[in-house]
Amino acid sequence: MKQDDFREIEGGRPFYLLLGFIGLFVLAGLGAAWYMEHHGHWVTGMSNQIIWGTPHVFAVFLIVAASGALNVASISSVFGKTPYKPLARLSGLLAITLLVGGLAILVLDLGRPDRLIVAMTYYNFKSIFAWNIFLYIGFMGVVAIYLWMMMERKMNRFTKSAGFVAFIWRLILTTGTGSIFGFLVARQAYDSALLAPMFIIMSFSFGLAIFILVLMASYKWSNRPLGDVILFRLKNLLGVFIGAVLYFVVVYHLTNLYITEQHGVERFILLEGGVYTRLFWVVQILLGSLLPLALLYNPSTGKSRGWIGIASLLVIVGGLAQMYVIIIGGQAYPLELFPGKEVTSSFFDGGINAYAPSLPEITLGVGGVALALAATLVGVRVLRFLPVSLADDQIDQSGEVA
Amino acid sequence: MTNSRQLQPGALSMSNKSSFDSYRRRFLGGVASTVAGMGVAPGVVLHSVGHAKPAGDAVTGDVRWGMLIDTNKCAAGCDDCVKACDDEHGLTGFDRPETDAQWIRKVTLKDKQTGHTQTLPLLCQHCEKPPCVDVCPTGASFRREDGIVLVDKHICIGCRYCMMACPYKARSFVHETLQDQKPFAPRGKGTVESCTFCVHRVDNDRTPACVEACTAENHNAMVFGDMNDPDSELSRQLKKYNSRQIRADLELNTGVRYRGI
Amino acid sequence: MRITVIKLWCTVLALGLLPGMPALLNADDSLLPVIPEAQHRVSEAQGCVEPVEKMRKDHMEYILHQRDETMYEGIRTRQHSLVECINCHVSDAPDAARYGSTEHFCSSCHKYASVQIDCFQCHADRPVKTSRHNSLAPGTMRLHGKSVVEKDDLLNDKLQATAAGGTVHE
Repeated sequence: MKQDDFREIEGGRPFYLLLGFIGLFVLAGLGAAWYMEHHGHWVTGMSNQIIWGTPHVFAVFLIVAASGALNVASISSVFGKTPYKPLARLSGLLAITLLVGGLAILVLDLGRPDRLIVAMTYYNFKSIFAWNIFLYIGFMGVVAIYLWMMMERKMNRFTKSAGFVAFIWRLILTTGTGSIFGFLVARQAYDSALLAPMFIIMSFSFGLAIFILVLMASYKWSNRPLGDVILFRLKNLLGVFIGAVLYFVVVYHLTNLYITEQHGVERFILLEGGVYTRLFWVVQILLGSLLPLALLYNPSTGKSRGWIGIASLLVIVGGLAQMYVIIIGGQAYPLELFPGKEVTSSFFDGGINAYAPSLPEITLGVGGVALALAATLVGVRVLRFLPVSLADDQIDQSGEVA
Repeated sequence: MTNSRQLQPGALSMSNKSSFDSYRRRFLGGVASTVAGMGVAPGVVLHSVGHAKPAGDAVTGDVRWGMLIDTNKCAAGCDDCVKACDDEHGLTGFDRPETDAQWIRKVTLKDKQTGHTQTLPLLCQHCEKPPCVDVCPTGASFRREDGIVLVDKHICIGCRYCMMACPYKARSFVHETLQDQKPFAPRGKGTVESCTFCVHRVDNDRTPACVEACTAENHNAMVFGDMNDPDSELSRQLKKYNSRQIRADLELNTGVRYRGI
Repeated sequence: MRITVIKLWCTVLALGLLPGMPALLNADDSLLPVIPEAQHRVSEAQGCVEPVEKMRKDHMEYILHQRDETMYEGIRTRQHSLVECINCHVSDAPDAARYGSTEHFCSSCHKYASVQIDCFQCHADRPVKTSRHNSLAPGTMRLHGKSVVEKDDLLNDKLQATAAGGTVHE
């Protein structure tokens, strides 16, 4: 692809209307954050039992999806699949914007967001959280450089090296995000090395689903041709990733089901957990994994753009449900302090912890998603991220190994 | 070094050091006369003085504060330790049990097989290797040389990761704006807090409020002391009786030990 | 057109500032903060725990230093302790001014200098009378099994005063 084949999207009324519409959600998110900080977190659904609530579900989802969104670029630069090359720039842009959206939620949900500077100046290097601060900020820098190498003709020869660094960085980053939970010995649902690779696979799936939706929407709204060749490649890849996530979920639960000590938490998630059980089976497994798999691989729906879009949307909904079950379900199950005993106290020991998402939390989470979308929209408006055409005859399949 | 915090250099320059010293002389003079007064005052019995730390000295690792809780002596229905803690630190609460802070709580256990019930107070276990300190991104969670685990609320950003990591659910997040805090127990919205082993009392060679209350009720279920001092009442009891740590499988070497569980 | 609008706004701004001009030019003393009196003097010669001029300039350094020493090392000298600042500089009357009021010692000056601090989101902004926790009731304490003081009310009063942060400047 030549440099001229990329163009900014058109400005004008529709652009500003869309940006304004998304901007309203960003403002609502900021308002929600202000409300939570002003009154304190008691106005949310969070408590001393459910410590991380809905904002964390959105934030971790976005952060995981951010690293996954970079995959398309990695496939082109690192693994040399030329058909994906025209998509690499958008892939890099989404990686940055989704991360910004996720981090904004995370920061605004802190007890003291005014002390962000403290988080940047005081470090405890034994904390995976502290490492993640470096990994997240570094990721944005690395991807920005990668984009520069791709977009500046003189720098094109470094694209592969920059892409390689970004690819390794994103693997470490998602390992770090998974380890936030994997390193927690205290809780039955966490404390597993499996969470790090599982988060990596989840990022592949969620990131690609978002990428497909953004790609389809931007080409439809900017009246640019998007051919079946590239879209069908992406949707087949999404199917593989959905299957891989399912595999990790099965292994995770099978392992736990084998360990007697873990039967309590497994019974909770898989059988008796009420909303968490329903979210797991109905939304995560059925709607978020099996149905999209069927839609993507069915000969008729798999060739329909509408159904591919719906399948991608279902993957995102299923992913949010999976995050909800991991993060909030994992906290709802009580700490196992006295094995073999029924525990009661005024501090809710021993019981299933109640939690219902509150409006400010949901608004903040949606605000973060909106921020990511708004930043993407502005990005494709001011810089040349999107190819003018992704019609089938523009896709270079010559470099393909059959 | 896991923590890059530094003290402000030059905060105490030479010139003000001298006035500092004169202040200290005055202050120590006051203490000395108080101590001298102890010797002559009638009816005063003074057992084994010697460990009292002068206010100007830093705590050291020679001491490790710990506690032994005898669940057989802990009375069902009694929550004097909890009340004493709430009173000591001004944990008034807002009648919102889900979000109100609890530094110490009474827990009732019932054996699923045998039906045997017992009750015990649960508080920060002041681990030697505290998970809350490991995970804290800013180093706000820290362990003092003498084993007391605290939160530096000046650099706590309220991320609550320590609460996720604590196996004992010992920590609370301050969910609302507070006023009229106790001078020795500063606490505020947006930061995490937990039992301090009454560090302000311990530094003045006094016993935590919960232990004092338990003793005042003549239940004597809680003993506080220096685990490193073989002659302390705590060490004597720990040596004599079998005790265990909650979640001993994590090998955190807790400062709080229990008898009868 | 645009230039005219800018000129118009400048005029409006200038007119708006006029009433304040005399005060700015005269540097009227009435604009300076009224700083409440402290309750004690360290000595006849010295007003505060450090020379007053020094305290005005560097009190935050002293407090910060003391803060970290107390927090991390358990050093509880009282010369630069925030609690002692409050004990001496703020009235313990039930209706005493809170931080944020111009009558509160700290905010009287901070407001004037537009200084934002968050100390009093956590720390007490008024002296708190000693409650049960600072009483050394005989027989209820075990001083970690090291020393036990028994039966002496006079002595208890003295200890209580010390522990409560009473005057040490004797």
